[in-house]
Amino acid sequence: MLSTDAVRKEFPLLAERMIDDARVVYLDSGNTAQKPRRVIDAMTEFMETTYAPINRSSYRLAGEATDAYEGGRKAIARFINAPSADEVIFTKNASEALNLVAMAWGRTNLAAGDVVVLTEMEHHANIVPWQMLAQERGIEIRWIGLTDDGQLDLSNLDELLDGAKVLAFTAMSNVLGTLPPTQLLCAAAHAVDALAVVDACQYVPHNVTDVQAWDADLVAFSSHKMCGPTGIGMLWGKMELLDAMPPFLGGGNMIDTVTFDGFTTAPVPAKFEAGTPPIVEAVGLTAAVEFLEELGMANVRQHEMALSRYALDTLNARFGDDITIYGPDNVEVRGGVFSFAFRDLHPHDVSQVLDESNVCVRAGHHCAKPLMLTLGVNATTRASVYLYNDEADIDALADGLDGATDIFGL
Amino acid sequence: MSGLEDLYREIILDHYRTPRNRGELETPPATKVDGHNPLCGDEISVYLMVEDAENGDDAVVTDIKIDGQGCSISQSSASMMSNAVIGKRVGDVRAVTRRFKSLMGIEDVGLEPGDEAVDLEDLEALQGVVKFPVRIKCAVLGWNTLSSALDQALSE
Repeated sequence: MLSTDAVRKEFPLLAERMIDDARVVYLDSGNTAQKPRRVIDAMTEFMETTYAPINRSSYRLAGEATDAYEGGRKAIARFINAPSADEVIFTKNASEALNLVAMAWGRTNLAAGDVVVLTEMEHHANIVPWQMLAQERGIEIRWIGLTDDGQLDLSNLDELLDGAKVLAFTAMSNVLGTLPPTQLLCAAAHAVDALAVVDACQYVPHNVTDVQAWDADLVAFSSHKMCGPTGIGMLWGKMELLDAMPPFLGGGNMIDTVTFDGFTTAPVPAKFEAGTPPIVEAVGLTAAVEFLEELGMANVRQHEMALSRYALDTLNARFGDDITIYGPDNVEVRGGVFSFAFRDLHPHDVSQVLDESNVCVRAGHHCAKPLMLTLGVNATTRASVYLYNDEADIDALADGLDGATDIFGL
Repeated sequence: MSGLEDLYREIILDHYRTPRNRGELETPPATKVDGHNPLCGDEISVYLMVEDAENGDDAVVTDIKIDGQGCSISQSSASMMSNAVIGKRVGDVRAVTRRFKSLMGIEDVGLEPGDEAVDLEDLEALQGVVKFPVRIKCAVLGWNTLSSALDQALSE
């Protein structure tokens, strides 16, 4: 296990912020992660000493700023074991990255009747862009279903993939915590010459990521879930794919030349980075990557596996039939995300009561309304852990649930 | 937990456990409007029977049924709302709607003279909601759906 006391001290909000004289028990990292001091300081220091335009001007300060921004690209490439930093594209967030794939790759390669395979556990960011293509040009969407314990039901995978052009799926569910077999799915896609697109938003912050081992084609993830700032997301893709794709957004930086008659594009990655990028954010992201590399992602994963086991055992032991935790029980195939139903209390009320003890969880559909339909619920309460959570946080969650029982007189 | 005692008063929990006027009405002749709170998954359907619709504000809400699922605040508010409007003339329903939304701290409600004097009865119990701004949307969900249903019933 990680030494969470030491880790928490690195996070100003977790170390210092008190609400009603009690610390914050932050169990909503699945939504967004807290920021370590070094990320905050890196961004402030950059703005105080090195801030200047990137790739545009030729004075020394601009050169330093450009190096800092490109340093973020290199750090991410290293973090996910990408063959080249040029294959890392910075966007605003992961949602924009997935829109880039659906629009830039999709519009060029998909026509009416072409098949895109998704899963029932996808986040809206990996559903809606494809549905927009369905509305726009009549592509067909098929869905990989779920087993009773919240894993992908692969029994009819061959049938679903028959004739498919794209398999787009999450490497870790933001509702169930499920870890699908990403490498297997990428291979299955390639076996039918389909594109393998991975939504790795939950996966990358919590696991060792190796896009080459996956042999994925395009992978989307974002900074704010991995202790970096908001406002910067990432799309990694194989160079030959990115080379062949048309641009997504048009403007400055992504061109080679512009005349009155038209334009030519810059090479990848600039081709996909129109306008002024999130410079300061890339510097913060670099600091986040370094922070995570020092902890070691294998250690983070081990920590969360042990904590997940503790959470599942504690909650089930304390509440028995009064709690239903969705997703697999086997922590080898699940991450530290726990959506649950507690008695017949509405998640909004559960999260309200937990808030009284400063326990922060998410209530709602978690941007996965089709999954809610599959689960047969309108909403769930979701607790999610990260490298700064420990068993005391899980105990606080359980104690808070006891409080819900008191208030609602159950 | 004194803060929550303001929110989850006994009468609110009573309406949540035993919501009044639950069910459906046949449409037509009744009007049905669906509402939902995308933030948290509260859903509501308001079925409304209005007589003498051509009389505008003097038309009467002769029956109302509430269906849907959601949190204690959205469901109890809708339940109390149904009791407050059944049998009332439309003008009075609009007035109690404005008065309630004003209690919830919503601005630009368009309060009219006489609105301040409207007796909210059980609905007063929901005034604790203003201390929890995120829940205001829950409390007014039924009311916004009701307003749409009234508009629709009067125009049909």
